[in-house]
Amino acid sequence: MSKPEPRVGLFVTCLVDLFRPSVGFAAVKLLEAAGCRVEVPELQTCCGQPAYNSGDKADTRAIALQVIEAFRDFDYVVAPSGSCAAMIKKHYPELFEKEPEQLAKAEELSARTFELISFLTDVMQLSDVEAAFPQTVTYHDSCSGLRELGVRDQPRKLLSSVNALSLVELSDADICCGFGGTFCVKYPDISNIMVTSKTGSIESTGAQTLLAGDLGCLMNMAGKLQRSGSDIQVRHVAEVLADMTDTPAIGAAEGDTRNGGN
Amino acid sequence: MQSRSHSFKENAREAIADPNIQAAMAKMKVGFTGKRLAAAARLPEFEALRDAARDIKNHSLANLDFYLERYEAKVLETGGQVHWAPTAADARKAILDICERAGAKTVTKGKSMISEEIALNDHLEEAGMTVVETDLGEYIIQLRKEPPSHIIAPAVHVSKEQVEADFRAQHQHLPAERSLSEPTDLVNEARQILRQRYLDADVGITGANFLIAETGTSIIVTNEGNGDLTQSLPKIHIVIASIEKVVPNLEDASTILRVLARSATGQEFSAYTTLSTGPRRAEDPDGPEEYHVILLDNGRSSMLGSEFQDMLRCIRCGACMNHCPVYHAVGGHSYGWVYPGPMGAVLTPNLIGVEEAGHLPNASTFCGRCESVCPVRIPLPKMMRHWREREFERHLTPKSVRHGLGVWAFMARRPALYHRLTGLGIRALAALGRRRGRFTSLPLAGGWTKYRDLPAPQGKTFQQLWAEKQKNGRAAK
Ligand code: SF4
Repeated sequence: MSKPEPRVGLFVTCLVDLFRPSVGFAAVKLLEAAGCRVEVPELQTCCGQPAYNSGDKADTRAIALQVIEAFRDFDYVVAPSGSCAAMIKKHYPELFEKEPEQLAKAEELSARTFELISFLTDVMQLSDVEAAFPQTVTYHDSCSGLRELGVRDQPRKLLSSVNALSLVELSDADICCGFGGTFCVKYPDISNIMVTSKTGSIESTGAQTLLAGDLGCLMNMAGKLQRSGSDIQVRHVAEVLADMTDTPAIGAAEGDTRNGGN
Repeated sequence: MQSRSHSFKENAREAIADPNIQAAMAKMKVGFTGKRLAAAARLPEFEALRDAARDIKNHSLANLDFYLERYEAKVLETGGQVHWAPTAADARKAILDICERAGAKTVTKGKSMISEEIALNDHLEEAGMTVVETDLGEYIIQLRKEPPSHIIAPAVHVSKEQVEADFRAQHQHLPAERSLSEPTDLVNEARQILRQRYLDADVGITGANFLIAETGTSIIVTNEGNGDLTQSLPKIHIVIASIEKVVPNLEDASTILRVLARSATGQEFSAYTTLSTGPRRAEDPDGPEEYHVILLDNGRSSMLGSEFQDMLRCIRCGACMNHCPVYHAVGGHSYGWVYPGPMGAVLTPNLIGVEEAGHLPNASTFCGRCESVCPVRIPLPKMMRHWREREFERHLTPKSVRHGLGVWAFMARRPALYHRLTGLGIRALAALGRRRGRFTSLPLAGGWTKYRDLPAPQGKTFQQLWAEKQKNGRAAK
């Protein structure tokens, strides 16, 4: 383990900030329980992926420099998203390949940046959580977390310590759900085929709740499940691990606590 | 081949509505991937071989001029001829000249993507020749007058029922009672037709998986053995290959062969690996009298030294498209030109221009599955992003996207303003959606809500709630 009470800067991610702050609070709870001191720099907005993936390098670099500055003083930077963590960890250094000074800063930040669940297990050595969730759940591996950061076993390991929870594997857990950031609105017809195939296999697991570690993918799959009349609930894995499931699930109506711990 | 890449979106929509294509894709998306996985698992050194294959290709590309000249010298030494073709037109002309000089009436062909790239069949047919594809998949799509939809399985979009119908419609001799319901029946039927064609052919044309600099040899891999008959029975054998196919020696080729078939079909080796070196020698029992190699550039040399150089490592195994969920959704024809899937999304704009093929590198979620299986480790998503960067620089990105992005980036670069405005906006949106928890339609969000609901935000932003919490925490102390 690293030094006692590491200072963690929470990279909230724009989607969690705007759509589902409860995921942010679940992350804070998990990090604190694992022995971290958590702060949330106000200078953050977004990691810059929408610009980066649209080919707008100038804006991406400006945003990256802002993030580098905002998170300069933390021991670790942790994001409840594989995709945003991979952006900082893997892609920020690529942005400054030809500028040694900025590159050094980007690489230094990269070394301190982690996706939430893998940070808890791999850095903080957490092996179980205090939580209960009396349901059958299934888990989708979001692409960036899986292939860029190697997040696969970590969430499964922590989920196995949740009381009363049983996990059924999804046959195509490693296949993209069709979100892809702006992809899903630029190519809606293709995205729809992909998410339809995904929700089909989610339904065939018989699980009551779908979990994943990235809010973008979760909103995509939740939106499709609801459009097709499914009553499978959808949550960020951190909510379950933090035992914070009394908020309505993603896209569920107010007062719908079917899924909740009460 | 005439490109339809610019209408990728419309092509995709048609493919999505086509039940035959959807059924074919549903089948192939589990078949190929499972076989590759099993083949890779059986070979402990598979990952190390991928590194070796990558390094061999990198070395060859870094010294491409040297190895090409060496290759040419060896071909000449063994009695063959080399025709350098800077463009597709040059390649077509060189081939037509050879065929016309020989008075060719029938030309047989092994599978070759380069031939599709230069639209060779149309050209030879216009000159009055009969062109016969001898690879079963190619033969099928030739009957159907369609382009290939996959680089190693050209007819993967066609069901066996459709093939049966095509054969019955076009093979006049076929008695109605003869069963064609099994794939082997179809293969036998095609073989019977092709047998005579091999004997009739004046010229045989094949592609090449590798060109060997040390020996002047070209190598093709097939599963049907059709390549052997195509190249050894006629008097003239023409090899068409693009310049990046050259590797230093046979050892290198055999290293790459160990990852090629495993990545492609999950076989350890393709059924036939055929080497040809020059024309028939006096002591040879058979072989062609003339041996020609057409070396096609067609835009590739301009990729050398650019951010797209890594793409020239491609060994055309098809693994990237076999694993691509976008390819599975839309099929190969949607990409509108010769090369579909992730490798096409990078290569096609290089060869026919990003103005024409701009959709291709954009139609990806960057899920990274292609890169994770590419035997020569081409960073395909990264290169698709390079195309997006070029499009953005050259103002080819659609105006609406550019504008939306501009507004968003302006805000994202000003955190205080961003938090104030998003706080207000999200609160309004949350109030609208609170009761149902989601929206089924929303102005400006049609791309999202056309097919799925949009989850409503919870209310305040995390930043607002966090600030409140900090304030209360301090007040309580
Ligand atoms: S890009 Fe890689 S995976 Fe795709 S065809 Fe080429 S070698 Fe195979």
